[in-house]
Amino acid sequence: MAITFQPSAYSGLVDHDNGMVSREIFVNSDIYAEEQERIFTRAWLFVGHESQIAKPGDFFVSSMGEESVILCRDRQGEIHVFLNSCMHRGMKVCRYDEGNTPIFTCPYHGWSFATDGALVGVPFYKDAYHEELDKSQWGLIRVPRMTNYKGGIWATWDENAPDFLEYIGGFRTYLDILFDGWDGAEGGTEVIGGIEKWLVPSNWKFPAENFIGDRYHNISHRSVDLVGIGPSGQGRRDTRERDGARALDISFPERGHGTIVFLRPADAQPVPSYQNDPVIADYFYQSEIARKERQGQLWRIMGGPGTIFPNMSYLPRQPRSIAVWHPRGPDQTEVWRWFLVDKSAPPEVKEFLRQYYIRYSGPSGLTEQDDMENWNYAHAASRGAMARRHHYNYQMGMGYAVTDFEDGGLSIPGTVLDVTKARAGEQNQRGFYSRWADFMAARDWDELAGWRNNGNGSAC
Amino acid sequence: MVVANDPLAMLLLKQDVETFLYHEANLLDDRRYEEWLALLTDDVRYWVPMRRNVKFGELEREFTREGQDINWFDEGKDTLTRRVNQILTGVHWAEEPLSRISHLVTNVEIVDATPSASNAEGVALRCRFIIYRNRVATETDILVGRREDTLRREDGGWRIAQRQVFLDQNVLLAKNLTFFF
Repeated sequence: MAITFQPSAYSGLVDHDNGMVSREIFVNSDIYAEEQERIFTRAWLFVGHESQIAKPGDFFVSSMGEESVILCRDRQGEIHVFLNSCMHRGMKVCRYDEGNTPIFTCPYHGWSFATDGALVGVPFYKDAYHEELDKSQWGLIRVPRMTNYKGGIWATWDENAPDFLEYIGGFRTYLDILFDGWDGAEGGTEVIGGIEKWLVPSNWKFPAENFIGDRYHNISHRSVDLVGIGPSGQGRRDTRERDGARALDISFPERGHGTIVFLRPADAQPVPSYQNDPVIADYFYQSEIARKERQGQLWRIMGGPGTIFPNMSYLPRQPRSIAVWHPRGPDQTEVWRWFLVDKSAPPEVKEFLRQYYIRYSGPSGLTEQDDMENWNYAHAASRGAMARRHHYNYQMGMGYAVTDFEDGGLSIPGTVLDVTKARAGEQNQRGFYSRWADFMAARDWDELAGWRNNGNGSAC
Repeated sequence: MVVANDPLAMLLLKQDVETFLYHEANLLDDRRYEEWLALLTDDVRYWVPMRRNVKFGELEREFTREGQDINWFDEGKDTLTRRVNQILTGVHWAEEPLSRISHLVTNVEIVDATPSASNAEGVALRCRFIIYRNRVATETDILVGRREDTLRREDGGWRIAQRQVFLDQNVLLAKNLTFFF
């Protein structure tokens, strides 16, 4: 049932025009509770990948905001997302992480549900319910809106939300880099087995804003740059491909999404990379050539870290992965991390990437260990009564972004801040928090889909 | 446990192996990382899988697979050396300031000794560990699990040729794994 909200008292805590955000929105438990209602029941959220539920009966237990959901492929092959709570008296019907099943049976009183969510078994249906219970009304709660976009499964609880493609708008160009194959083949990726899950003691928005495009924190990663873990044994990544590229911060403030990209020169050609191993070097080189042929000018855009509002972040190049920042109270985030490889890549390439992903990412990753330290202690140091009186500063690059960025005949979708020289900016974070304020203020999706009224259509 | 047809040799071997394991744990807890690295064979394999909740009867799927899936760790000496070097930069912020760590190693059981207990050149063992880690002011992690090690005798002493760590956690309750098991 859709709820109509009154504007929140908290939306004013984001001062977009002055590039300042109140610390309250990170540490205040009342605001956190409102976020669960206003953001996580209305936004499109990433749930999982179709390769995780390849066969009928396959399921993967995921999370939408704080709530457990079941991503499942039914016997007819159709994909569903259900609230993981028995319709009878609330028990979690599935406490496994993944598997294959013909039926979900609640351990409390034994109600059982088919993989399409239908209530198919009720103990004592005849004697205790006198066959009067209308089973068709008591199936598992199904998300009203779900989509499979290039293998990524997304869902929203709000039946009035726009279609997913309208929700991401022009950001699609950048999201495609994540889900398409390295050679540009549509949806050419699959998940490697094993989803990392761990707890970080910080508010969920710290990592979301970090991944949306914080180029400013090289000092955090000084140690890993010194020891070198990149695919070619140096630095954090293999960055030769960025030689001569322009650095762009791209924001969609009306939607909240953002990413950083590198734009190759108009006359750029694929350069060899990962040259320690000929099989791997050849795979990526040939893939780049194929992508260039397929995409033409668009090939020039090299993806970087990004965030789809509110809590799905990703790295589209290396280490190619998805992170979802599940809120677990104002002071805690449960991170889930999926890793992607090209379906058609040879085993050597998949293995090479797997090892790189592990040493880069998550709690055991030499790079990201240091990220979490920042989120943890930025949060901790912002909780005090005095600290809360002072806003965070997001003023870098204010007033320098353009909405009609063009380079060598290629138009770049979104609001673009050219940081080739500056090397850093904070417009993506400003866009993210401005959208956060929209969600806190808006009564419904008619207000949230502001782009429909200002002539930007669904393309921008 | 290996059938001990030579109980005295088994006792001595167990004593020998335990002494080695405690010494190794002390090196880590004393932050003598480079000396610790020297206890690993050049071809060491270090594997820490993630752990799933799966149905009874499907326990073979409980752990992520070495060499195939994403694991917490699945690496050799090169990456382990980089981890040590990273701590030694002094600017690895997740370990700067350094953690205070105690490894408690217990329930040591010798599973195999080759060619024999009295003349062992290789040992497979199983043990349990508790790792207590305290950092900065109040950050505290306690990690408990099972370890399966393969030791090999090299240059007159024991070296670790393989370490497999089975943590008793699903969602990792620690924000990072900057230490060694």
